[in-house]
Amino acid sequence: MSDVIVVGAGMVGAACAYYAARAGLDVTVVDRGPVAGGTTGAGEGNVLVSDKEPGPELELALLSNRLWHSLAEAGDFEFEPKGGLVVAETEEVQRALVGLAGKQGVEHAVVAASELRDLEPHLAEGLAGGVLYPQDAQVQPMLAAARLLELGARSYGHGALRLRLGVTVTGFVRSGDRVTGVRTSQGDILGGAVVNASGTWGGEVAALAGVHLPILPRRGFILVTEPLPPMIRHKVYTAAYVTNVASDSAGLETSAVVESTQAGTVLIGASRERVGFDRTTSVPVLARLAAQAVALFPALRDVRAIRSYHGFRPYCPDHLPVIGPDPRAPGLYHACGHEGAGIGLAPATGHLMAQLLTGAAPDLDPQPFRPDRFPEEPQ
Amino acid sequence: MSGFRHDLVVVGGGPAGVAGALTAALAGLRVALVDSSARLGGQYFRHSRAAQDAPGGAPELDGFLRRGRALAERADLLLGHRVWHVSREDGGLAVHCVTPDEQPLTVRGARLLIATGAHDRVVPFPGWDLPGVLTAGGAQALLKGSGVLAGRRAVVAGTGPFLLPVAAGLAGAGADVLAVYEAARGLGLARHPVLALGKAGEAAGYALALARHRVPYLTRRAVVAAHGDGALEAVTVARIDAGWNVVDTRVVECDTLAVGHGFVPQIELGVELGCGTRADADGSPVLVVDAAQRTTVPGVWAAGEPTGVGGWRLAEVEGRVAGHAVAAEHRASTRASTRASTGAPAVSGGGHGAPRALLARRRGMRAFAEALQRAYPVAPGWQGWLRDDTLVCRCEEVPVSRVREAQRLGATDARSIKLLARPGMGWCQGRICGYAVSCLAGEEPRPPKRPIAQPITLGALARSTDEPTTPNTPDE
Ligand SMILES: Cc1cc2nc3c(=O)[nH]c(=O)nc-3n(C[C@H](O)[C@H](O)[C@H](O)COP(=O)(O)OP(=O)(O)OC[C@H]3O[C@@H](n4cnc5c(N)ncnc54)[C@H](O)[C@@H]3O)c2cc1C
Ligand SMILES: Cc1cc2nc3c(=O)[nH]c(=O)nc-3n(C[C@H](O)[C@H](O)[C@H](O)COP(=O)(O)OP(=O)(O)OC[C@H]3O[C@@H](n4cnc5c(N)ncnc54)[C@H](O)[C@@H]3O)c2cc1C
Repeated sequence: MSDVIVVGAGMVGAACAYYAARAGLDVTVVDRGPVAGGTTGAGEGNVLVSDKEPGPELELALLSNRLWHSLAEAGDFEFEPKGGLVVAETEEVQRALVGLAGKQGVEHAVVAASELRDLEPHLAEGLAGGVLYPQDAQVQPMLAAARLLELGARSYGHGALRLRLGVTVTGFVRSGDRVTGVRTSQGDILGGAVVNASGTWGGEVAALAGVHLPILPRRGFILVTEPLPPMIRHKVYTAAYVTNVASDSAGLETSAVVESTQAGTVLIGASRERVGFDRTTSVPVLARLAAQAVALFPALRDVRAIRSYHGFRPYCPDHLPVIGPDPRAPGLYHACGHEGAGIGLAPATGHLMAQLLTGAAPDLDPQPFRPDRFPEEPQ
Repeated sequence: MSGFRHDLVVVGGGPAGVAGALTAALAGLRVALVDSSARLGGQYFRHSRAAQDAPGGAPELDGFLRRGRALAERADLLLGHRVWHVSREDGGLAVHCVTPDEQPLTVRGARLLIATGAHDRVVPFPGWDLPGVLTAGGAQALLKGSGVLAGRRAVVAGTGPFLLPVAAGLAGAGADVLAVYEAARGLGLARHPVLALGKAGEAAGYALALARHRVPYLTRRAVVAAHGDGALEAVTVARIDAGWNVVDTRVVECDTLAVGHGFVPQIELGVELGCGTRADADGSPVLVVDAAQRTTVPGVWAAGEPTGVGGWRLAEVEGRVAGHAVAAEHRASTRASTRASTGAPAVSGGGHGAPRALLARRRGMRAFAEALQRAYPVAPGWQGWLRDDTLVCRCEEVPVSRVREAQRLGATDARSIKLLARPGMGWCQGRICGYAVSCLAGEEPRPPKRPIAQPITLGALARSTDEPTTPNTPDE
């Protein structure tokens, strides 16, 4: 019997398992698929502080950013603190950007229009300026999740982190009210606590325990180009992104984040749309991403897109993740609903979760992330 | 009448696509055919411009070229156009292309015929990435293109009926073909199944050609490694057992190696549209079709290799069946809409409309094609030929060791191996390494997901929703 069962071997589950093992807990990670086969394998690896409004998510992001740096030293995965450059198309947007940067209290530098090309030589002409965020980083999320699980298993205790792949959670084992384990496609697994880290499916897993979590899918497409010699130095995106992230709109929103990867490809992402789990490729969405990338970097016009993929962000109505114990089902904890920031926010989430599981004082106030903050589902 | 410029859009100008397009066009349908090549022909009838201008070569090619000319008079041919995506749109199909000058073009039609053929199935082995090592299809393309193989010392290896035409082609082009090493059990050349594939003349021709050039045809043999410093210099030939495990080996010097292990149907356009798939006799995912070559998605047909590999004659017969069926459905829907507008009750869609004799031929050829797939399986023993540093994915330079590392880290299927180790993320999108990665993952190959089936510049992609070139115009 483990101290903790983590449901989900995505980036968030991997971080929860890693920090729990590091805190001395015996952990079993259960996933119905492989490691990183969910949204972690269908998104990007932006670790951003630049795009967050001041508030609890930014706090979480700043903590996570620090933790990412130390994890990157221990783990064997790509982590590039390359910095993010947010650019403004108009003077008005530039003023708003600079205003936001001031409120965030995050390390940044205001970039005048005339200095943009020193930072990014291929940027389009006519932009009004931008803000550079040196802390923004890039991680290869799939490998990071896999390496954290490996590191947790290898470094802490003796087989204290077990991985059970291809095992679907179908229900919970209860002792009275208390959650004491999970029912799975391969029998019951007992544990002192269960962490629901099942991402976009977090609501479904919570429902198995009879509790309501309003997590919905928000679709995103990404374009990948042919490999090129390095051309783009930072993560570059337009300020429109900042307004999209916090948007409640169900309709299509795109504002391309453009960057070169270590493999030489340029990643262009991502759209945001609430269309359920619709997997149909949308040509208009791809066209818009391409148009925005070309508008930022005209030299991309003749570069070929060779792939595209999509994923479903785990999205909560208030755009905050769900982190912490669920008073409605004692013994059940949640770590899901991170929308478009689950990679960036994973280490802080795992770190907080380990503190909550061991009864240590949390580094951050977990109140804003509590699972019972939503109105109950109308019957 | 449908509100589309075309009643049928065909993707693929090989034997299946041309037969389907021509049959439908002869029935009076407005047809467009799209192919990425500069000339019709597909894999088998790939030919030089000279052959097109000066008929009188091989009778089969002449026949094909005649049909191609007949088609050109009756349909819109969009050659040199790569289809990068297909989607459903307003009750029809939108075929998104890139023109030869890299412009976006969307061809819209009421119906679609997928006749996109197949690509080589690649089984990696140490040294397979050396210059001088070719796939069977690559060798064929080289032969039908320029013919720069004269004087080369060549070995042909792998499995399947199509090693023979490759060997005969190489020998005919003046290469010194040292041997054909067939991994399957020995039937001997005289009973070689390719004899039954079509007219005995063609197959006997291959056998005769090999005999004339004194090319030994040896079974239960495989090339298990290629050697060379920068280019192919020699191969290790092994005697193998039924599971393809090595019994013993020797080294053969050569500078050209053509390896074929069969073909993988190219079905991604169908997969994007949600067409049902099944595993063919050889395990390859293929599109499910009914007796009329209809896929499980209304308005979408498939013919030729995407429904199962079986040679050019079967592909052509399937194309004709599809053409008849499309025409029958078109007539039925035209009648139905005429009735509807006059208030008469609608009738359900037409039958398959193909002549019985054609259907009988297809049945026989399909059964034979399946028997062939069973006679030339790829046995798992090839995984034992691999070394840690053998490349699995050429585009991303992923060696076997990295695939195994990904598996150790928790990649339990081909997709997660790709996510952790990158095989299949490059140019070819897994067309080359996909089969091997599935085998290493211990699973049957899954239907490929390639929403961008062919590369497209971002500039063209950006404009692919606003180009007006073939608009969805109402009927004239
Ligand atoms: C297009 C796109 C771009 C993105 N870009 C970024 C970015 O740049 N930066 C960033 O930080 N975030 C980004 N994201 C968001 C990020 O990918 C997610 O927030 C993150 O992956 C969530 O991780 P997770 O571990 O919570 O969920 P997942 O990775 O989805 O893991 C959940 C796991 O739970 C398993 N599971 C579900 N149900 C069960 C069950 N019943 N039994 C057993 N197992 C189960 C699933 O198999 C899955 O493996 C992006 C997302 C998308 C779609
Ligand atoms: C080396 C070799 C030897 C062979 N020998 C024989 C033999 O002796 N006898 C025999 O019967 N068969 C032989 N074959 C098999 C034969 O070539 C095929 O069975 C036949 O070509 C199948 O016809 P098809 O119309 O289905 O596909 P193909 O002929 O492959 O045609 C498909 C066409 O679709 C086009 N296409 C695909 N995707 C796209 C896209 N996205 N956009 C635009 N165009 C696209 C391609 O350019 C191609 O022209 C041989 C094959 C090879 C490789």
